[in-house]
Amino acid sequence: MKNTIAERIFDFLKDFPPFHVLSKEQLYDLSKNVKVVYLQKDQYAFKTDESIHNHFYVVKDGAVGIFREEDHALVDECDEGDIFGLRALIRKGNYILSAKAIEESILYSISSELLEKIINTNAQANKYLLASFVTNIRNPYSNENKDSLFAQVESIQKKESDFTEVQSAQYSKNPITCLPNTTIKLAAKIMSTNRVGSIIITKKEKPIGIITDKDLRTKIATGQFSIEENVKKIMSSPVITYPENITVAEAQIAMLQHRISHLCITESGTSDSKLVGMLSEHDIVVIHGNNPSVLIKEVKRTKTADDLKYIRTKAQQLLHGYIEQNIPVFFISKIISAINNSITQKAITLSIEEMDTPPPTSFGWLALGSQGRKEQLLLTDQDNALVFENISKEKYSQTKKYFLSLSDKVTDKLNTIGFEFCPAKMMASNPQWCLSLEEWKKQFNNWITKPDEDKIMLCTIFFDYDLVYGNKNLIDEMSESIFESIDRYEIFLNFLGLNALKNPPPLSFFRQFLVEHSGEHKDQFDIKARALMPLVDAARLLVLSNNIKDYNNTVLRFEKLADIEPQNKDLYLSCSNAFKILLRFRTQQGLQYNSSGRFIDLKSLNKVDRLKLKGCFKPIKDIQELIRIRFKLSQML
Amino acid sequence: MFEWLKNKNYPNFWNVYQNHFKNKTEHDLNTARFVIFDTETTGLDTKEDRILSIGAISATANTMDVADSLEVYLKQATFNSQTVEIHGILKEGSIIKIEEKEALIQFLDYIKDAILVAHHAAFDIMMINQCLRRQNLPKLKNKVLDTGILFKKLDQCVSKNKLYSLDELCSVFNIKKHDRHTASGDAYITGIIFLKIIGELSQARKTTLQSLFYNPNRRGLL
Repeated sequence: MKNTIAERIFDFLKDFPPFHVLSKEQLYDLSKNVKVVYLQKDQYAFKTDESIHNHFYVVKDGAVGIFREEDHALVDECDEGDIFGLRALIRKGNYILSAKAIEESILYSISSELLEKIINTNAQANKYLLASFVTNIRNPYSNENKDSLFAQVESIQKKESDFTEVQSAQYSKNPITCLPNTTIKLAAKIMSTNRVGSIIITKKEKPIGIITDKDLRTKIATGQFSIEENVKKIMSSPVITYPENITVAEAQIAMLQHRISHLCITESGTSDSKLVGMLSEHDIVVIHGNNPSVLIKEVKRTKTADDLKYIRTKAQQLLHGYIEQNIPVFFISKIISAINNSITQKAITLSIEEMDTPPPTSFGWLALGSQGRKEQLLLTDQDNALVFENISKEKYSQTKKYFLSLSDKVTDKLNTIGFEFCPAKMMASNPQWCLSLEEWKKQFNNWITKPDEDKIMLCTIFFDYDLVYGNKNLIDEMSESIFESIDRYEIFLNFLGLNALKNPPPLSFFRQFLVEHSGEHKDQFDIKARALMPLVDAARLLVLSNNIKDYNNTVLRFEKLADIEPQNKDLYLSCSNAFKILLRFRTQQGLQYNSSGRFIDLKSLNKVDRLKLKGCFKPIKDIQELIRIRFKLSQML
Repeated sequence: MFEWLKNKNYPNFWNVYQNHFKNKTEHDLNTARFVIFDTETTGLDTKEDRILSIGAISATANTMDVADSLEVYLKQATFNSQTVEIHGILKEGSIIKIEEKEALIQFLDYIKDAILVAHHAAFDIMMINQCLRRQNLPKLKNKVLDTGILFKKLDQCVSKNKLYSLDELCSVFNIKKHDRHTASGDAYITGIIFLKIIGELSQARKTTLQSLFYNPNRRGLL
């Protein structure tokens, strides 16, 4: 029998998760059994402590608020396509929260039993519901749920890609091997005969170590070891092993991560199974030239800013590919930062060559803000500063003049390359931000001891610095002085805390309520101000208050915090996770629309994306709560 | 007077239908079963034109149940090509069609003693009654509500003497006009309108099931 109404319901549901992963027949069956509920404003779908219905709800039109009865706190807002009342799937107990129409609403109520039948046969839908269920419960980052929240959503989205990086890497199938008691001399002979640059040492066919040309150069040619010794003496051990299906991207990351150029391929992927092949960096370079280490090598050979620009464009393509394949965003940012840094270094050396004289004294070039935190994936504007060694008064003006003109050249080149000038002039070419060590110390001390809104804002940019080029001692001294000042003037942390709470995260995505209200980006969501910065600010504040030095990256900061405050480990790790998701999201958006990725058009988001983002808001809210309590900020607000 | 005699000759499906009305359980606004329905016809002449399709969905309290719905298409003896462009039902289409009598059997079995709701209900009831008449059966016994009339009970209805079309009510209540001019689509839309009217009425003042049948516009005629 034709069922026009069910067809219409089908058409609506099919666009929303988890229904989008159901088969046509499954969803149509579900649609035929939907009940259409009309709620007036303030009418309840269910109340706290009411026993659980045998169905859950999808908002068709209107909006439903999920409330906590005790304090009438609005926990979540659901609009078109949102699911609520999933507790019905548990089929036991009572509702913990109340659902009330915020405006007149039409709901589809769906039999939980029917859905249960379907998800038992549809693993994807099952995963999805788990994820969405987890975002709706009180503690989404308790240990057992932590992984399902983020990982599962990701697994649904994963698409096949034809990028080379996800192809299985072609490794050498017949690696050259020898036994541990082979002499170095014999091993070298075997390598020469086979014209290879490395040999794997095996025991019962399992890889236990490796010798490369480099080992022969550094350990033998230097006379450190005799060529009559066993290879065991000089081999690098243990080896890094991977299974046969390793992808090009995985291999690259593994090599970067372990700073090695050879990977052993074994049957099971562990070092405790039979060696089946070897994958060298060279094998990967052969696969494609757009490889990070190749790019960095190219940077070193370039002569002009225009060449650097070309390399930066290539890096952008690389970024595109990595994002497409869901490579962990932390590794991507490492790679891109490495490329950005080497480009900046080159711009500096090129500029020094253009100067009439070498630098009058040692100096340090600092990347600030997101570049300083190594979180800059897209091309954004440049934020940098320069510190030079303390010099006598007589020489000061001349020295400053030199570094200002050097900075002019560097920032100019960076602009050509694609890092546009900072509109707020936070650049080393600005006399304000090209200072001697003593001046910087004074500056920071002033910011810390006499904070006001502007100075706090500067702190949030300048305290995330990273030495790109020059004298590391200068930077260490700067950091020292910051911590000393904070130590003496702890109330500064409260100010920084207030600043970290400036942007509370949205509760959820709900029509226009959480998007920008005016200006060019009206009706768009500011992912930077509303989601990324709160995490960055929180991480900075907490490491500063814990006296942790040398952690300038938000992910690393949270991981370090998780280490030293085990009682808050779950929260910190979920913050770090949320940050990675948000950063990836911003990067994706930026690449897709060729923009900074900062403002997201909510209409462009599908439900999966919304759910993913929504999952990130909860840790932000909780870390802000922690800050509010720890720094006793309620009194200051 | 000869009711008992007639009764004997009625087919079984009619007797079953009629028996539903012997159940005298008292219902209120929250327990009564409503059937919201619409007919697509070959035209507006209740004597000459025929029903092309019937769409219906039931509602209890504030909930419509898609599983308890009916959608039938009727075989046509007469065919009015002029209305095809409105309802889109061709004489020989791909949809499965049934005889008028079979449609009645299914319809009566479906509605039982529910309160029927339709927009400008008089016409749809008349069309069904004409079908029944052709089968030598009496008229429908169900109570009937008309969303066109119910709407006039609301404060927001300003011109009480105007005849509001379904399209007009859609824009008043901000309802998307999906599947307009299919019997089921119109029944669904009428259902939403019905639930909204009932919701608004019970919010504004105490509303009983009985009071729905009271038509304020007729006051002057009494």
